[in-house]
Amino acid sequence: MSTDSRREKAARIRHLLDTEGDAVESNTKGFNAGRYETVADLDDYEGTKDAARAIKEDAIERLPELVEQVRETVEANGGTVYIADDAADANRYITEVCADEDADTVVKSKSMTSEELEVNEALDAAGVTPVETDLAEWVLQVADEAPSHLVAPAIHKSRESIADLLNGTFDPEERLESAENLTRFARERLWEDIRTAGVGMTGANFIAAETGTMMLVTSEGNARKSALVPDTHVAVAGVEKLVPSVSDFHPFMELIGRSGTGQDVTSYISLFTPPVDSPTLDFADAADVPLSEQTGEREFHLVLVDNGRLDMREDDQLKETLYCIRCSACANSCANFQHVGGHAFGGETYTGGIATGWEAGIGGEEAASDFNDLCTGCSRCVDACPVKIDIPWINTVVRDRLNRGADSDAFDHLVEGLTPDDDPGGVDVQKRLFGNFETLAKLGSASAPLSNWLASSRPVRSLLERVAGVDSRRDLPAFERETLVDWFEARGGSRVARESAKREAVVYADVYTNHVLTERGKATVRALEALGVHVRVPSVPSSGRAPFSQGMVSTAEANARRVSDRLGPLVDDGYDVVVVEPSDLAMFEREYEKLLPADEHDALAEHSYEVLEYVYGLLEHGGDVGALRDGDGASVDYHSHCQQRTQGLEGYTVSVLGACGFDVTTSDVECCGMAGSFGYKSEYYELSMDVGEDLREQFAGDDALVAASGTSCVEQLRDLLPRDVTHPIELIAPR
Amino acid sequence: MPQALTSEFRDSLAAHSATSSVVETAALSDALAERLDGPAVATPLPFAGASLDDLPVTLDPTPAELEAAEFGVTAAEFAIADYGSVVLRMDTAGTEPVSLFPETHVAVVAQSDIEPDAEAAFEALDGAVNTARASAVIATGPSATADMGGLVYGAHGPRNVHVVVLSDR
Repeated sequence: MSTDSRREKAARIRHLLDTEGDAVESNTKGFNAGRYETVADLDDYEGTKDAARAIKEDAIERLPELVEQVRETVEANGGTVYIADDAADANRYITEVCADEDADTVVKSKSMTSEELEVNEALDAAGVTPVETDLAEWVLQVADEAPSHLVAPAIHKSRESIADLLNGTFDPEERLESAENLTRFARERLWEDIRTAGVGMTGANFIAAETGTMMLVTSEGNARKSALVPDTHVAVAGVEKLVPSVSDFHPFMELIGRSGTGQDVTSYISLFTPPVDSPTLDFADAADVPLSEQTGEREFHLVLVDNGRLDMREDDQLKETLYCIRCSACANSCANFQHVGGHAFGGETYTGGIATGWEAGIGGEEAASDFNDLCTGCSRCVDACPVKIDIPWINTVVRDRLNRGADSDAFDHLVEGLTPDDDPGGVDVQKRLFGNFETLAKLGSASAPLSNWLASSRPVRSLLERVAGVDSRRDLPAFERETLVDWFEARGGSRVARESAKREAVVYADVYTNHVLTERGKATVRALEALGVHVRVPSVPSSGRAPFSQGMVSTAEANARRVSDRLGPLVDDGYDVVVVEPSDLAMFEREYEKLLPADEHDALAEHSYEVLEYVYGLLEHGGDVGALRDGDGASVDYHSHCQQRTQGLEGYTVSVLGACGFDVTTSDVECCGMAGSFGYKSEYYELSMDVGEDLREQFAGDDALVAASGTSCVEQLRDLLPRDVTHPIELIAPR
Repeated sequence: MPQALTSEFRDSLAAHSATSSVVETAALSDALAERLDGPAVATPLPFAGASLDDLPVTLDPTPAELEAAEFGVTAAEFAIADYGSVVLRMDTAGTEPVSLFPETHVAVVAQSDIEPDAEAAFEALDGAVNTARASAVIATGPSATADMGGLVYGAHGPRNVHVVVLSDR
């Protein structure tokens, strides 16, 4: 990416932060808080998610069979099924149905698939007026804007901006101000369209192949009216919406509202098995004829859209996208999305983390290239997703494919020597620089302090910003001349003999702990030894987190291979692996599943521990807390790490700090905004700081000690607060 | 047990901004008469002894009457206690429009038709769909939107929902 395009991107993000950020933030955070509250009410949340996932896995596996089955059942019920290969095919069919019905107007309920098709443009071109009846979609139609969210498409608009829009467009007798009046105005206006429309169009959240029944999850009642009032109902849905039977709807009914907008259930869950038995309603020509004597005939068309989905089904990496139920949990739980919204974090149609899968599957990887980097791989969405899709992995895969397809950057030779990766030359220079941080760190330590002085000099920072988009407003990591591994060797190895030790552990000297934040590594060694652990600190290659997050999967895979070769024999020999950096532990436990043979991944994952998790375990098994430093009631502001949280490890740190006598306040902000290299990138620096602002606000009001588990979080907190930030292990290790 | 389910159902209704009452079938007509103080449309009630004959409600309404009605009275096929939902069948009598157009929907449900949870409800629905290709809506509270910058009840559908539980049916 060139400096200019980085600047343009930064400017666009800044504009969205200013104009849409506040509305998006308050709405998504509200949805996300509601999700936590309402899923907690389920008797068996995890089991329900597993059931939902199993239904989707089975349905996508048997998709061609279900398509045939639904065709038969819908036709036997008296409807028509059309399988559309692509958007143009679907639009042609829909406009033909409208022409057959002589429809001037089509009333539509909300359907992201219809957005994907751009059916409104096709209808307009055919002389048919499409009217969106979902209030948010209608507002966007009036404003001529694109949806910014899967479920609440106008989430970026405040009440004031909607009032300005409607007052300006329709000039009502009395100015509209309150949400109540705006709603009433829209309802009355839209009713005039609904009562005389020739065709009603809806989407479908799920379709049961066995009976041709569609489940629609709504709240306003417009989908009910759109399907009921016009005699002709056209439902548009992606083929992936098929499930075997109505009983399969059940887990989704329990999950979809909770996962999305944080509601246990929405107002209406409609189960349509069209043509429905409800009497037809002719408001235009038979308004005074009783329902029992209405003479219209109901007609139903189900348009099942392929548009790339059947190819996605054959793509082992993108296939999981088809399990998506478009609940928006991945967007609402994402710190970047919460701040900048779907107009930045989204493609032509789809928004949020899963949008990368949808856009790449439908339009090719390029369709996801503009926003794919906004996924930082923090993994919070994985736990939020009701069908447990590994959304960060999909983002990584697409990033990798984009890297492979990209042209070599003009400045590539400048970093070639520093970036001995296993990925092809097309990788963007910025990504290669961050992806090869291990090599930089080795050089940095070897030549410190000169490297630090050089790196902080103005010409170098300017060059780094110009060539690699490393933002000059960030301090670069300062490399320690003596690495953790060298320090350990110089002190003569472990001070607890293996024979007399309670346990044996390898402290994993990740790149940062080994070269930059060495104090937390030394503290780890001292704390473990104080609790009777024989420690080793061998030189082990980096986990591959850095290249992985840049979408350099081959390089990450090679790292995983080398790490496993080095640590595997030690694990076999009875050593535990203690990991300081949460994102590296997440590599071992989560990402390596995709990069290593199952037995190697299992062995490493099973024997790896986050450092405070390990200390907690030692204390639980008779370790003497008195051997650690006494906090003596000192206050600590503690910020956990995204991956540490999604792996359920935050509690160990809080508990150990408490046991050592510290008075701990944990951040209720989930993400610091730094996310590895993300906050260093000049195009994302301002977004990163905007996300970090929430954390600053929580901790700025006191003068407590500040601790954070992740390197990025430490760096971000140092930029946000005028206080020093340490790793919790440094607080409890004997000096 | 039916009383316990009824009580849970009523709590769930209240949590979803719907009101409720419990009456014996013989008292239904009077209870509705008190409530319906404007033009009302209805579909026939299938409960033995429950009649709308003495009430100022229009059965088999015209589209114009549907548009003008302030109250819509329908039966609910069954209810879901832990969600506070009523399940309304899309039948030829017009339960769907009568429950949807007027500002207030009054649903009448037999106490014995209150199912404990969604699992039981979907079992029942699965049966109805398989045998009769039925269509239905699981309705919980009034229609609602937050699309205009604040939560508003009464979007395209009813603003008020009242559920009458028949304690002897």
